[in-house]
Amino acid sequence: MSELTLSVGPQHPGSGHFRLIICVDGDTITKATPDPGYVHRGIEKQAEYREYLHSIPLLERPVISDSNGSVYAYVLAVERLAGLKAPERAQYIRVLMAELNRIMSHLYWLAIYGIFLGHSTMFMWPFGDREVVIDLAQRVMGARLTYSFFVPGGVRNDLPHGFKDEALRATEFLEKRLHEYDAIFFKNPIFVERTRGVGILRHDDAIRLGVVGPTLRGSGVNADARKDEAYDVYDTFKFDVPAFPDGDCYSRALVRLEEIKQSIRIVRQALESIPEGPFRIRHPSVLKPPQGSVYSRTEAARGAYAYFIRSEGGKTPYRLKISSPSFRNLLAFQFLMKGSHLADMPTIYWSLDYWPLEADR
Amino acid sequence: MVWYERKLLAKMQVRVGPLYAGRFEGILQPIADFVKLLFKEIIVPRPADRFFFLLAPTFMMALSVSLLALIPLGPTYVIADSNVAILMIIALLSLSPLAIMIAAWASNNKYSLIGGLRALHQMTSYAIPLSLSTLGVVVLSGSFSLVSVVESQRNYWFILLQPLGAVVFFLAGLAELERVPFDVPEAETEVVMGWETEYSGINYGLIMTAAYIKFYALAVLFTVLFLGGWLGPEPVPPLAWTILKTLLVVTLMMIPRGAYPRLRIDQMLRFGWTWLLPLSLLNLVISLVEVPLLR
Repeated sequence: MSELTLSVGPQHPGSGHFRLIICVDGDTITKATPDPGYVHRGIEKQAEYREYLHSIPLLERPVISDSNGSVYAYVLAVERLAGLKAPERAQYIRVLMAELNRIMSHLYWLAIYGIFLGHSTMFMWPFGDREVVIDLAQRVMGARLTYSFFVPGGVRNDLPHGFKDEALRATEFLEKRLHEYDAIFFKNPIFVERTRGVGILRHDDAIRLGVVGPTLRGSGVNADARKDEAYDVYDTFKFDVPAFPDGDCYSRALVRLEEIKQSIRIVRQALESIPEGPFRIRHPSVLKPPQGSVYSRTEAARGAYAYFIRSEGGKTPYRLKISSPSFRNLLAFQFLMKGSHLADMPTIYWSLDYWPLEADR
Repeated sequence: MVWYERKLLAKMQVRVGPLYAGRFEGILQPIADFVKLLFKEIIVPRPADRFFFLLAPTFMMALSVSLLALIPLGPTYVIADSNVAILMIIALLSLSPLAIMIAAWASNNKYSLIGGLRALHQMTSYAIPLSLSTLGVVVLSGSFSLVSVVESQRNYWFILLQPLGAVVFFLAGLAELERVPFDVPEAETEVVMGWETEYSGINYGLIMTAAYIKFYALAVLFTVLFLGGWLGPEPVPPLAWTILKTLLVVTLMMIPRGAYPRLRIDQMLRFGWTWLLPLSLLNLVISLVEVPLLR
């Protein structure tokens, strides 16, 4: 059979706002060329025309499933630029909310991975359970997905009454459910068969390609911005950075499952040790940071999310640059898909947790 | 039956499932869906071969319905009691890849083609264990007629003598029906809807109905071949026994849909050739040994 060129996406049930041009020879992919850019919205440029505070709702738009994770680094960068420091309680709340968001994002990923492998139960369960975390987040931040909750100098509002009990109940529920996921998904012989040894990204290749986040840790590289460059109060918590050496889709899946467990651990510790005090410091609503540039990096659900901001002393940034994890992981596509089966295309695609909006910005 | 499947799946997934159409728990939902499909415009894509594109769904429907004619539901509920019923059923089943190939090629779409090729591979490689596993029953009962197959199960059901054959038939049947975990030809994240991609409206409705009729027919066939058909204790009428047993088989065939992801085509073919085929041959040998023992 001669070679066939398939254009997977942007109108394809397994692609998202993104196109993948793949050449198949029989059942083997000979070439895969990613074609991003369908949802480019010029967010970096738009941010140059907005005041620092006004940019927050804009900057979380690329990643609505992990909106706190995506503005965390921005808020830290602006704080450093303007010389603000968030009170300790605010830092705890931020960590709490960022971890809840990580759980949400990973559950979303798990659900979609289920459907990518044709497992409809695995699609429904995490989506239903994610609702528990969303409700919890809604109690604090007032919205389901796009919170605009982190602001330079703290967070927008304090935790509501009785939040601790609710959060503990939710984490217990989630832990119980994670065991059930194990039974139906992670220890499912067909799931293991489909993902083990598929799309192998070796330790050295992962570093050479510069992938980030769970994809990097799935290749056995133990790197996490929360540990390596601990920001806010992350250094006070005990948690492990899961890393699995195999580098296949299965270990990337396990990394995310482990991370949910670690996030639950962090949430519990934060709930126990959160201090009393103000949740925000007062500062002028129009920030005018002095001239200078700043780079800050945090660990969002998909990996290291970094901002570079250049200020010329005005109300708006002179230049704002986002380094998003999905864009970094885009390089791995060509590399991993070449030589794999056509049926492994969705398996590999979603194991990278590629989010087109985040990559295009 | 569509309603039953959707409800069962919903129960497994902690959902509600169809709820509004009909008085009881959305029982009329399949009818509502079908009426909706009936009123849709028939779209034939421009590059497609019009005649064959429209022929394929009808062909499929005809194949499925003629399957039903051959399968007895009770001693008196049988449309055509043929002497070679089992052979004819196998023949009809092996015609369905042809219908799928017509659909796939006539659509003139890359995804349809890939899906069709997958379906072809799958069905041809699973039709062999399927027919070989029925052969064991034929050897035991000494007849190709389904009515006499059931009658010869008076003392014991064939599933007790042929557990291996029953398992092979069940798995190969799942593959033949393109059901989870063997739904490779219509893996939507890879090949959109496989060979059904270009079909919409009533043509799609026909394909779906044909698939469900085939599903039902194979479940009844399993009941007839291995579970003693309509045989059962007296007060319950024979027809009710068939339906009851069939429902059990149908439920068993639906459960994997909620519990398993999809296999990959090469893994699936390997499973078919290296496991099911030898097992079905082994089953044939077992049944040959069993015949003199039972006499």
